[in-house]
Amino acid sequence: MAAKKLNIKDKYRLLTRDLDWDFSYEDRKQAFPYEEFEGIKITDWNKWEDPFRLTMDSYWKYQAEKEKKLYAIFDAFSQNNGHLNVVDSRYVNALKLFLTGVSPLEYQAYQGFAHVGRQFSGVGARVACQMQSLDELRHVQTQIHAMSHYNKFFDGFQEFSHMHDRVWYLSVPRSFFCDARSAGPFEFMVAIGFSFEYVLTNLLFVPFMSGAAHNGDMATVTFGFSAQSDEARHMTLGLEVIKFLLEQHEDNVPIVQKWIDKWFWRGTRLLTIVAMMMDYMLPNKVMSWKEAWEVYFEEAGGALFKDLARYGIRMPKYAETIEKEKEHISHQAWWTFYTHGHAAGFHTWIPSDKELDWLSAQYPDTFDKYYRPLWELAKEQEAKGERFYTSGLPQLCQTCQIPMLFTEMDNPNQNSMRDSVFEDERYHFCSDGCKDIFDEEPEKYVQSWLPVHQIFQGNCGGPGVEDVLSDYYKMNVGVDNMDIKGSPDEKRWNEWKGIA
Amino acid sequence: MTIEIKTSTLEPVRNTFAHIERRFGDKPATRYQEATYDVASEINFHYKPLWQPEYELNDTGRTAIVMEDWYAFKDPRQFYYGSYVQMRAKQQEVAESNYSFFEKRNLARLIPDEIQRKVIRLLVPLRHVEQAANLNNVYGSSLGYGTAITQALLYNGMDRLGNAQYLSRIGLILDSNSGDALNEAKRYWMDDAIWQGVRSYCEANICVEDWFESFVAQDAILDGLIYELVYLQFDQWLADNGGQDFSMLTEFIQNWNKDTNRWVDAVVKIAAAESDANKQLLEQWIGTWKAKALEALAPLAEEMVGPEALAIAEDALVKRLNKAGLLK
Repeated sequence: MAAKKLNIKDKYRLLTRDLDWDFSYEDRKQAFPYEEFEGIKITDWNKWEDPFRLTMDSYWKYQAEKEKKLYAIFDAFSQNNGHLNVVDSRYVNALKLFLTGVSPLEYQAYQGFAHVGRQFSGVGARVACQMQSLDELRHVQTQIHAMSHYNKFFDGFQEFSHMHDRVWYLSVPRSFFCDARSAGPFEFMVAIGFSFEYVLTNLLFVPFMSGAAHNGDMATVTFGFSAQSDEARHMTLGLEVIKFLLEQHEDNVPIVQKWIDKWFWRGTRLLTIVAMMMDYMLPNKVMSWKEAWEVYFEEAGGALFKDLARYGIRMPKYAETIEKEKEHISHQAWWTFYTHGHAAGFHTWIPSDKELDWLSAQYPDTFDKYYRPLWELAKEQEAKGERFYTSGLPQLCQTCQIPMLFTEMDNPNQNSMRDSVFEDERYHFCSDGCKDIFDEEPEKYVQSWLPVHQIFQGNCGGPGVEDVLSDYYKMNVGVDNMDIKGSPDEKRWNEWKGIA
Repeated sequence: MTIEIKTSTLEPVRNTFAHIERRFGDKPATRYQEATYDVASEINFHYKPLWQPEYELNDTGRTAIVMEDWYAFKDPRQFYYGSYVQMRAKQQEVAESNYSFFEKRNLARLIPDEIQRKVIRLLVPLRHVEQAANLNNVYGSSLGYGTAITQALLYNGMDRLGNAQYLSRIGLILDSNSGDALNEAKRYWMDDAIWQGVRSYCEANICVEDWFESFVAQDAILDGLIYELVYLQFDQWLADNGGQDFSMLTEFIQNWNKDTNRWVDAVVKIAAAESDANKQLLEQWIGTWKAKALEALAPLAEEMVGPEALAIAEDALVKRLNKAGLLK
């Protein structure tokens, strides 16, 4: 008898979906205990549509081909001192921010997807999550390997792992992922699978990779290209999750909406560092943060939410506030880092005159009015030999953990402050969005490990801030950070390039 | 003769990341080292998991095994993602050519019918055991501690899905892609008395909370016995009884086992050598799960090969455990 040809869907069902069975000897709920406490109702896991149908043999084959090419480039890059081809030494600071702030998130994504990839009782969803988990492990490891060469020639990469667990601004991305992982499995999927990987990835992963492409960084951009097809798979998984949850039961709709509101806000807060990176840290600009936001969120995201309207899902709460924020946040963030440049893990600088003009052109409504004067002042002080550093430590938002640096969007001279009282204790927030998130789950957010509070409570060594920076954070103050002008990074760069 | 291309050499400021230097000294590190050591977060987790508020997100307390340094579990294969997928890609290439050789020449027609029935009843249902192993290993990866062991558990978990798929393809070859053999094999798994002990073992292990215990019950005990019993002894029996071509289809899993046993043995040995308390605990787990596994596999062993088969498999397993410093 001639074997009939199986189509991919049937083959995948036979090879994967049919592996599961109904338990007879144990309670299956004991094997998958976390599916119910969030209130999500799954009536039939069989309705799960596999977002991609990769068997393991094909997975190994495709991924190995990509790895082989990627590592060949890494080898060539270090053999030929590829770091000398980046546009200038300022660019490398964007990579320091990436390795200390973003790569460890890939690790948490690996852990989070492994967790849901074990805990979902539907085999289709489980296997898709497991593959993403493995991909995320790939990403953190290939990023470490891509940056390994830079670490040999520049300061500020060497303690990325130690710093990620401790440093004040790194608690922003870190707490974001800890928040998602400590949530239930369905919230994790809406937070990371959908909001982060589907809606926001073009505003996080892509800007860094495009930045690499525009600034002569062959190692990082090659990683970016190599990860593209993984990311595409992750996006289809994120979209399938949301559709599956919404189609399973109407009671899921308000829960999912609440999570979209929360994670969208939390995500945009996190993207502040990307905004700053794009507008200030890349010597060769890709596009302004404002433009990126318009293209990737307002247009692409707008279309997505129109599509989801048929399930009863609306645009995330505070989308209008965020639309105003795109004019401000990058400037407010870089100014904060500039003035706290002794406490950052990378170098800061005043934008060149050409860059100031570019910012004026990109932000005609806000830059000249609110932000250019600050830089003109900084230039004057620098010229007098009085480069300015703030001595105080900023207050942090209890939810997003960003210093309270943001202003009211309708009045950029007025700092934005909100507060709530929970169990006789007052908590402070940078925005209505962050206050809402706290008010919804105060028991969770009172646990925030706020780096500045911890310093004041003596939990990070001391007694002085310099001791915290050098001993607890393991920063080489004055070497890894402060102004790029006069830094060892800059000196070495000038020697390599023969610049007097 | 050698030729020498002149390149410009720049003196690096440092050889590797600081946490790698603290462990291995100031010298160039391997890719395995940089991808593995101290990558996972250790402190300041902000929020307790809603699903396990008694633990931190990353917590050493989810197993009763105690290690001073969880990065002691160096993988003898030194697998990080890149080396892992490249190794498996090579192996799957061989497997692919074996499967297509088998299918193209329709070698199944040369295999006596009763041998084919035996394979559907005794070999194909193991795909469900692989599925259980997938869950158990991913469980350890998600809740275990330190990248050295958790990454290896994920690779193992994904391997098990791959093994399950290779076993399923044997069924599809025998039923000409109708899926009938897979359905039949699943009925044996669900209802045939011969499989109920193993199924009950798998269900029990999937519900075990301690991830290290689950690893022992799956990767060390059950897999150790099944490797000896099925992929060595039953394979030989098939070869002696007109089913030798099946070896082409199980070669991947056979080689995979050899390779993986090195890692499993290393993990068990390192944990046992750490302390007497670990050693006692491991022996206690091994005692319980080995007894259960032997009871569960007894009817299968008898039917696959004969009455002595299980004792031989047990003997081989005990030798491995002895080498790891246990049960002596």
